[in-house]
Amino acid sequence: MYGLGILKGLGVTFKHFVATYTADVRYGLKRYTGDKFETRQGVDATGIYTVQYPEEKLAVPERFRFVPFLVVEDYDHPDRPGHDWCTACGICAKVCPPQCIWIVRAEDPVTKRPIAQPEAFFIDIDICMNCGYCAEFCPFDAIKMDHDYELASFDRTWTHIHDKERLSKQFSYWKTIAPTTAAEEAEARGGWEHIDVIKEKKKKAAAEAQAAETAAAAAEAAASAPAAQQDEAAAPAAEAAPAAAGTTDADAAREERRRKREAALARKHAKDQDEG
Amino acid sequence: MTDQTSIAPQTVNAGDIKTAIEALKQQFPDWVQDDTRQGYSGVLVDRNHLVEVARTMRDQYGFDYLSSATAVDYLGVEDSMEMVYHAYRTSGGPALVFKAQTPREGAEIPSLIDVWPGADFQEREAYDLYGITFRGHPNLKRILLWEGFDGHPMRKDWKEPYYEEEHKPFDSRWPKGYVRRAEELNAFGKNVKYPADLDLSRLNDTSEEALYSGMGLGVDVEKLTADEKLKTDRLVVNLGPHHPSTHGVFRMIVTLNGETIESLEPVMGYLHRNHEQIGERNSWLANIPYTDRLDYISSMGNNHGYVLAVEQLLAMGNRYQAPTYRAEVIRVLMVELNRLVNHYWAIGFLLNDLGAFFTPSLYAIAEREKILDFFEAVAGSRMMCNYMRFQGVYKDLPERIRGVANLVNDQVRDFNTMDYLTELINERLPRSIDELDFFLTDSEIIKARTIGVGYLPPEMAIAYSCAGPLLRASGVPYDVRRADPYSIYPELDFDVAVRYHGDIYDRYLIRLDEMRESVRILKQILPRLERTQGEDFFAGNKSIYMPRVPLGEAYGRVENPKGELGYYVVSQGDPKGPQNPWRYHVRAPSFINLTPLGQMCKGQKVADVVAILGSIDIVLGETDR
Ligand code: SF4
Ligand code: SF4
Repeated sequence: MYGLGILKGLGVTFKHFVATYTADVRYGLKRYTGDKFETRQGVDATGIYTVQYPEEKLAVPERFRFVPFLVVEDYDHPDRPGHDWCTACGICAKVCPPQCIWIVRAEDPVTKRPIAQPEAFFIDIDICMNCGYCAEFCPFDAIKMDHDYELASFDRTWTHIHDKERLSKQFSYWKTIAPTTAAEEAEARGGWEHIDVIKEKKKKAAAEAQAAETAAAAAEAAASAPAAQQDEAAAPAAEAAPAAAGTTDADAAREERRRKREAALARKHAKDQDEG
Repeated sequence: MTDQTSIAPQTVNAGDIKTAIEALKQQFPDWVQDDTRQGYSGVLVDRNHLVEVARTMRDQYGFDYLSSATAVDYLGVEDSMEMVYHAYRTSGGPALVFKAQTPREGAEIPSLIDVWPGADFQEREAYDLYGITFRGHPNLKRILLWEGFDGHPMRKDWKEPYYEEEHKPFDSRWPKGYVRRAEELNAFGKNVKYPADLDLSRLNDTSEEALYSGMGLGVDVEKLTADEKLKTDRLVVNLGPHHPSTHGVFRMIVTLNGETIESLEPVMGYLHRNHEQIGERNSWLANIPYTDRLDYISSMGNNHGYVLAVEQLLAMGNRYQAPTYRAEVIRVLMVELNRLVNHYWAIGFLLNDLGAFFTPSLYAIAEREKILDFFEAVAGSRMMCNYMRFQGVYKDLPERIRGVANLVNDQVRDFNTMDYLTELINERLPRSIDELDFFLTDSEIIKARTIGVGYLPPEMAIAYSCAGPLLRASGVPYDVRRADPYSIYPELDFDVAVRYHGDIYDRYLIRLDEMRESVRILKQILPRLERTQGEDFFAGNKSIYMPRVPLGEAYGRVENPKGELGYYVVSQGDPKGPQNPWRYHVRAPSFINLTPLGQMCKGQKVADVVAILGSIDIVLGETDR
């Protein structure tokens, strides 16, 4: 029969039309909340269903990537509140396809030697293509892709160049928006802290273990040696465990060493990359 | 890799290619030579005898399908330019690569349009971007840039306004990255700096005159009135560039006689951004997200083609590790889902073009949405996936497709990935394809509008280098997945969809067929995914962001939803210097499939043009590059 095909098609349209209403009726007022919402967004959904943005918003998946942010230590962190995770190694700036990351590496005011810290950090989010490379290749887990996609503004000049202050977000924020990924990364690092802190801790632990060993050895030696020699043997052992001392001098020295190591680490990374 | 790895593309019929090359060399000892440069393959043909040799290739050795023709500028390496051709047999097998070299000054190469009409647009592109003159080309005009543009921007010595450096990464970004606004370099601001040799006064647009000349315009009123009978005059109508049915900014200049089309000339380039030049400034890795932006409906397939091309180059070095089996499985999963996404979109919008405004499209888009949700959860983005990497993929599938509530979002979703996929592939997608079929296929209106319209005969489809559904709907069962297999396709069981009428209706039907085949592939992928759970998704060191790419050339091609997508890449870099492609060319199916548009529309009614264009399925991001 001529026209049957059209009728069949109209039947499908009618089915969709009805399905949308029956689904609405079936889920009642709960259709906008909780697991009902989830069902209607899943593969079993029937009918046409519109999310009423901006009243309703879909939760984005963990890997969702939008303009990056910089991870800083939590502001209530006991040792280094608000400390940048970024070491200004520059890898993100090099890997960024549209070249929208600008980093000023900090310098020692006296020696002019570079310090492994960003003095300034800019991302031109108008240019950023949200590719996620910066987050993927940062060796310090210091830059991450954000979930905040509502960045429209009335100013087209400087608002869209995010500076370090605008970019910085606490590490705990990353843990809330991407718990699984954050946990995976922490596992790879060996702890929840910044990789340098972890290394520092490991080193300290190793030093302490060594100190204990030396002390034990010294004690052993002392048992068999005359008392005069005992003092000399104990002295290096005490030096090997400076962490215990906690004087301001020792702190400064440690900080200095840490920075040097960070710089060296960054250099090494850069070199590895170049060779790889 | 497991023992089920794919057949290396090179081994299929390799003997045939070698025999053909040997025979060619014997036949034309003076004109045909092996290309002996490191990492190169194929033959060099004397440019003065190119047409003759090409005709022999086609007629005697059966290379009837010219896939890609592109130019390379070897400034500073050999100080010459060359055209690179990849010809295939439609019966399958690898490429016969041949090249013709020309000096850079007064670059000239004979046109192959008489041998393969499909060379038409590609030669015009090479003329436009490289300034090579093609002797014998009947319509040698600029195609992507406007007539009157000064210079040829793909030449190695051409520098764009705001030129910063030859290669990324730029030195100004680190360690002294004092930011400046990109807008301060605005072409219309006062800070713009043009290269010294750019003559602004020569930037005038004469393309309009060039377009209309020879179209038989103008009425001779005297003659008209002197004649007894009523005469009609030809009418030139511009369809586009701003036209809802063109899916972007695409323009067709149509000469009408009454309602019948006498000639149609496609005009493109409104979205041209010199993608290839950008790609040559970029590092190898940085091009992957850029490929997303070509055919933005099927970014996974774009990624796949590019990584395959670069992996061929990497494989010439000794540090290369082939992608793991799981990586291949995930890649195929993604590209097949992507094919569904694309065909939903294509069918939906074909119906829009036919006048069924948005009801069918929305049904199709609603299904597509489910796949995009999955892409978003896996790759981080719905359309700009940027998911594949050299030697693997970005990340393994997540355990759960989950949106976490946070400061910005409130409506939470949480699904197990494998459950979601299984349900999607086994239930939802087949159901919705059947529904689309039931909904549209029998409709008398659709049949009346599409059957017999926009006919493309098979010989013409091959000659014009058409690819994908357009080619197969004309009865040519050519599918790169089978003809020149890559990835794990050889071990998968599926048929190459083919239809024989070559009209719009068959192009619609073949998309439904292909969707069913894709679902069939996906059903075979599911157990493979289960089996390889937990295996590596990346081979080698994932933190390398500047891979060393050995010298050489490679052509990677995939069967993208819109047709054969090819990437021709050349690496010429000093191994210690910057790591950037020397040449990065995209053989864009949306672009080349437009070559026969004028032919297909000739004699049709003006209302059908939009439908014919819709049935080719183009995306302007890829057409214009
Ligand atoms: S890669 Fe990471 S650590 Fe290095 S500069 Fe970028 S954000 Fe900082
Ligand atoms: S997301 Fe991509 S484009 Fe954006 S800053 Fe990071 S690397 Fe650059």
